[in-house]
Amino acid sequence: MIRVEQLSKTYGDVRAVREVSFAVERGELFGLIGPDGAGKTSLIRILTTLLRADSGTATVGGYDVVTDYRAIRNTVGYMPGRFSLYQDLSIEENLHFFATLFGTTVRENYAVIRPIYEQIEPFKKRRAGQLSGGMKQKLALCCALVHQPTVLFLDEPTTGVDVVSRKEFWDMLGLLKSQGMTILVSTPYMDEASLCDRIALIQEGKILSVDTPAAIPGQYRGILLAVRADEIYALLKDLRALPWLKSCYAFGESIHCTVGQPADAARLREALTGHSNLEVKEIPASIEDCFIQLMNP
Amino acid sequence: MTPAIVCRNLTKQFGAFRAVDAISFDVQPGEIFGFLGANGAGKTTAMRMLCGLSYPTSGEATVAGYDVYREQEKIKRKIGYMSQKFSLYENLTVRENITFFGGIYGLSDKVLKEKREAMIGTLGLSNEAGKLVGSLPLGWKQKLAFSVAVLHDPAIVFLDEPTGGVDPITRRQFWDLIYAAADRGITVFVTTHYMDEAEYCDRISIMVDGRIEALDAPRLLKERYHAADMQDVFYQLARKAVRSDN
Amino acid sequence: MKQLLVFVRKEFYHVFRDRRTLLILFGLPVTQILLFGYALTSEVKNAAISVVDQSKDPATQAITEKVRASTHFNLAYADQTVHQLETRFRRNEIKCALVFPEGFAEALTHTGKARVQILTDGSDPNTATILTNYLSAILTDYIGQQQAGIPYRIDVQTRMLYNPEMNGSMNFIPGVMALIFMIVCTTLTSVSIVREKETGTMEILLVSPFRPVLVLIAKAIPYLALSVINFLLILFLGVVVLDMPLRGNFFLLFGESALFIITCLSLGLMISTIASTQQTAMLISMMGMMLPTILFTGFLFPLENMPRPLQIISNAIPSRWYYLIVKSVMLKGLGFGYVWKETLILAGMATALLLISLKRFTVRLG
Repeated sequence: MIRVEQLSKTYGDVRAVREVSFAVERGELFGLIGPDGAGKTSLIRILTTLLRADSGTATVGGYDVVTDYRAIRNTVGYMPGRFSLYQDLSIEENLHFFATLFGTTVRENYAVIRPIYEQIEPFKKRRAGQLSGGMKQKLALCCALVHQPTVLFLDEPTTGVDVVSRKEFWDMLGLLKSQGMTILVSTPYMDEASLCDRIALIQEGKILSVDTPAAIPGQYRGILLAVRADEIYALLKDLRALPWLKSCYAFGESIHCTVGQPADAARLREALTGHSNLEVKEIPASIEDCFIQLMNP
Repeated sequence: MTPAIVCRNLTKQFGAFRAVDAISFDVQPGEIFGFLGANGAGKTTAMRMLCGLSYPTSGEATVAGYDVYREQEKIKRKIGYMSQKFSLYENLTVRENITFFGGIYGLSDKVLKEKREAMIGTLGLSNEAGKLVGSLPLGWKQKLAFSVAVLHDPAIVFLDEPTGGVDPITRRQFWDLIYAAADRGITVFVTTHYMDEAEYCDRISIMVDGRIEALDAPRLLKERYHAADMQDVFYQLARKAVRSDN
Repeated sequence: MKQLLVFVRKEFYHVFRDRRTLLILFGLPVTQILLFGYALTSEVKNAAISVVDQSKDPATQAITEKVRASTHFNLAYADQTVHQLETRFRRNEIKCALVFPEGFAEALTHTGKARVQILTDGSDPNTATILTNYLSAILTDYIGQQQAGIPYRIDVQTRMLYNPEMNGSMNFIPGVMALIFMIVCTTLTSVSIVREKETGTMEILLVSPFRPVLVLIAKAIPYLALSVINFLLILFLGVVVLDMPLRGNFFLLFGESALFIITCLSLGLMISTIASTQQTAMLISMMGMMLPTILFTGFLFPLENMPRPLQIISNAIPSRWYYLIVKSVMLKGLGFGYVWKETLILAGMATALLLISLKRFTVRLG
């Protein structure tokens, strides 16, 4: 559905997108995962025909993003990063406006938006500016879906949103996927990676890795150990002093260290005997561990 | 030791709406205290009262030993504040920003100069000190903003979602700075949307609908709610919320 | 087509739900018209005057009669000595005084020179100057009738002769109309488009099949309609409240105004393609337009007196041409035959601005 080849985009001396290539299959939920400034927004804007790439090609639904931009605009749905609806129009008015803009009606495609729209319908007379963050998001999604797009682009839909709303939002995406929609979503939250079919890790305009969330940890080089003790900060300082550790950083309640061989776990325990309630165990790498490793090759 | 923050039934009412509903907690000196809650739970309102930016409707609170009703100006001198939205002046250089904020807190020229050069050294910004802050990557800006917020050695530093959108490595470097500050005895009061960061805190509180629903060390909370991680604890508590942000 | 209609309706929602826009749209014109019409008028009516006639001859009596007949003066007192005047000025009983020395007529007929003293209240210098001018005009008028040929020593301001009606608001209103359209139309259109850029809705509009050109058209239509209503409102205020004459054809004036409004809207569209924030758009269209419009339209500062380079610059200001048209049609009652050149210039400007905006309004971001 989406094919990207050697795409590059430069602003002044900032290389926002650097020779990016990947493909998204029909019906796939594809995640673009990386921090702010990684180039996610530029990439999505190129694919939604809002920006022109400096070099490389891309197609969406078989249409070229430069020459067939009009055809793409008819078939894709797009939800930008910021809340981009009319704050002074009501829910109903916004939805109706966007439906007409795409040459359709709300009724015609009601089936697509129904599961989401039903949640905000009781407030349909309320102005969008007065809605809560979660409700705004649902309305924005409805507006992006109202013309039954074949591909849906979502730029950081969950940024700044709390855990509960994030979970609800991903549930909605799962529902859309089950209806066969192709979805490309970007997010800075690594923990959302597991909810995608496939992900691309992106940093400083470059793709670090593209694979399924389950396969990416398999690419982790070395053995990952989770180390815990009562005095976490003191533990971190002691660990940093060990030159033979490949990496060492705080991760949730423990500290993650990368070592070269299984025997190193015992060596580590020995080095940290002074710490109370010390716990060292080997764990599988998470997406975030992989991301950190890929950032420091 | 007297607690850095004492809160007793602190309440803020906007008309019929009770944004913060009788919250009570203590924060110990040098503690890293995570202040979590869903959007609209009342975190920002509570934080504003503690920073001396707004008066509570009722209840009592002291920050660094000063009363939030009568001694707001003294509080402001004893705290540092950093938020994701307003951090530094983009069109001033790194050095000018540090000098400006140090000046606001009345540091003498000599002290300021020492601290400034030390900070630039610690952050590894020697080559960038003369550059405009606007030209720095987001992660560096955030680290610089934090360092500026603790420049005057406040008793407490309030951090409002300091790491939003920052890459995983920079985020950890940022937390190193937080740990170092806590090690120097600065109390850290921090809000975040990253649940793994909640684990870095000594204790966390979770606000739901204006009330504190849970307050404890992350490990104990996970045990109590039979949860694998903080994300799960938070989800169990916050999904009960009836209200959301406006 | 339906898309366009829905878009236009949305624009009307925006206008009617935003108090600020409404205030700029209708509040600004009304206050400006009334402000310029009343407060800034150079006309003074019924100013209290005292005449001290130490000569009491036919000449002084004839002049006094003229003063009495003038609507500008209210002949309140006839004092005997100059000393009395001082008290009257202090008590604010009079604004000016006219003093004839003894033997006024005699001096006039024999030597051709006579003296007269005009005393005014210098604490209000504007009014003082205006009253001096009025009195000088009356004296000149009298000499003209006597065919004496030799003028008095009083410096008679020639300015009044070019403006015999001495009605300031007549020249102001057409100028203010030009100013208002220039500011209101450009500001509102540019801000409303830039707002969509700022809030991100422009991204969604661009990604939709809706043609970007139609966005511009849909933005212009509501403001064209509202500005036409505005025009009628201003005209009504001018004619009914400020006694402006409407000597020419109403429909001609209407058509010319619509053309000028379209020119201003196009200018607004062009500004929107340059500015990226509402603040910038507001600054360019309000501050950037206000000064040149006030300076170069010709209603406050006569263009004929300006240095040549400035006169050339003034040709580029659309309001200058509209001002000429309105004056010709409203005040002089001239027909299209006399204003076709100005009309053509305005139409040319509108077309050029529209073309530039369309070219600059890209189908993509950045």
